[in-house]
Amino acid sequence: MQHGKYRFIVGFLAVPLAMYALFVIWPFIQSIYYSFTDWSGLSPEFRMVGFDNYSRMLDDEVFWKSLQHSLTFAVVLPLVTVGLALFFAFMLNVGGRRRRGAAVAGVRGSSFYKIVYFFPQVLSIAIVALLFQFAYNPNSGAINSVLKGVGLGSIQPDWLGDPNLALICVMVVLVWSTVGFFVVLFSAGMASIPKDFYEAALLDGANRFTTFFKITLPLLWDTVQSGWIYMGILALGAESFAVVQIMTVGPNGGGPDYSTIVMPLYVYQKAFRDGQAAYATTIGVALLVVTLLFAAVVMRLGRRERLEY
Amino acid sequence: MKAIDTPPAGAALPEPTEPGATQVTKSAPPVTRKERKAEGATLNVFSHGILIIWAIMVVMPLLWAVMTSFKTDRAIFTSPWALPDKLHFENWSRAWTEAHMSDYFLNTILVVGGSLIGTLLFGSMAAYVLARFDFPGNRFIYFLFIGGMSFPIILALVPLFYVLQNMALLNTLHGLVLVYIAYSLPFTVFFLTAFFRTLPTSVAEAAFMDGASHTRTFFQVMLPMAKPGLISVGIFNFLGQWNQYLLPTVLNTEQDKKVLSQGLVQLAVSQGYKGDWSGLFAGLVMAMLPVLAAYIIFQRQVVAGLTAGAVK
Repeated sequence: MQHGKYRFIVGFLAVPLAMYALFVIWPFIQSIYYSFTDWSGLSPEFRMVGFDNYSRMLDDEVFWKSLQHSLTFAVVLPLVTVGLALFFAFMLNVGGRRRRGAAVAGVRGSSFYKIVYFFPQVLSIAIVALLFQFAYNPNSGAINSVLKGVGLGSIQPDWLGDPNLALICVMVVLVWSTVGFFVVLFSAGMASIPKDFYEAALLDGANRFTTFFKITLPLLWDTVQSGWIYMGILALGAESFAVVQIMTVGPNGGGPDYSTIVMPLYVYQKAFRDGQAAYATTIGVALLVVTLLFAAVVMRLGRRERLEY
Repeated sequence: MKAIDTPPAGAALPEPTEPGATQVTKSAPPVTRKERKAEGATLNVFSHGILIIWAIMVVMPLLWAVMTSFKTDRAIFTSPWALPDKLHFENWSRAWTEAHMSDYFLNTILVVGGSLIGTLLFGSMAAYVLARFDFPGNRFIYFLFIGGMSFPIILALVPLFYVLQNMALLNTLHGLVLVYIAYSLPFTVFFLTAFFRTLPTSVAEAAFMDGASHTRTFFQVMLPMAKPGLISVGIFNFLGQWNQYLLPTVLNTEQDKKVLSQGLVQLAVSQGYKGDWSGLFAGLVMAMLPVLAAYIIFQRQVVAGLTAGAVK
């Protein structure tokens, strides 16, 4: 198969690689370079300023706020989402009434549940964010009127307008929209665990709580770990940008007194609202570092965890 | 139908954990069959309870949106949970024409149609070469593509904005198509490279022996064989591109070029001034329904296509 091989390889790789290099790789390299300049983005002139942007960033209160919020997202969201999803998936797969001869059984209608749980996953995060913005509306939103309806009329929080609540409200929306995906993912993994393992454990007198921690979780660990990283990257990146920008108040979102600002949104605001492109790329580089560190930490912790079994 | 029936690779089972199971024997005495049955029944009720509650929590906001889209603005504010007095279809027609939903739909269809075809074509070309041919730099190019999956896109967006501006591609639909393709390539190449590796080599070799060129072998033999993989990755990309919000928000800000998700956000701001909430909800539901309907029809394929994405 040697004839014309290289011509073929070059011919097939040229277009995709050129597009990828021009629109993805090249901007990435450029943005690291720009973080050492004073480029405003509005005029073509700029000069090198060394680490000025980085030292400015370390003194920037809003940057620290955005970092703190993004880190909270990266820690809390995977924990809650993956935890809830594991719980639901376990219920779906072993919570059923036992049938003759089977050690464990899925609940009746488990495929129905899975279809419903997956709904938010196919919707645009922008649509989900808009929908919940109205649900959270303090005067006529769905949530406060439910509270009124069940006799809790005295509790009418301002939700997204309350600096202490806004961030939690945003996180709830991200959990709502992603849990279903992980339920389906984990559920597929659990279904492939041989039923004999459960059979043996149950015969030995283990309860379901024990079987979950001694059998299901260890056997599912690889999937859980990749799900964890996936969710963390999501929580640090575009999804958190969309929900915070759309849902929270202020010009381009960010909440009252930057109470919900997250790193990707701060990059966006600096570059396209404040005309400080170079400084925006500096925050972007910080976000890149955080993302890579997050992935490295999860893999490291995950490996240690796995050796215990 | 390999890609559809196989659970994600992440779910591959490590060795059975015997120590865990034997340890349990020592701690708890064996339970009689009857007791276990009782435990099963309680758990069953409990499971259904929890699962139904979450199902309601997922469905209620969506139903609420559908309901609200048929109400008058007054009714939306005075009684958010009451059923509409009658179905106000005029909300829908107002959203479709006056609020530009028809334009947003058309733009989205054009952009997603173009970029989906481009992504599958270029993605499979690159993946095929990387999966099947040995040449210097193969690994490097492969990891260059894969690396794009974990980088925060927002970092590249600032310079990308000016790259597009210089090429006169900013605020154009074809510019957006090119960018969508480029940002969809990492996962597509990753997924299809793995897929092409699983296909048998003998068929391609036979075609080549018969005098077909490499190019012809690819288009007439390999691509048809890779159909299940193309469907999975196609669904994944379709949903990702259809729902894309970040890229168009930065790169495509002209009113009449907007795509669905950003158009809706824009609508939320402008209808907020006008107080036309019912029209906005009609727009939201209009954007939601086709995707949900497609999901319910192609449920198995969609789930397989999307969960394949988590293996990375």
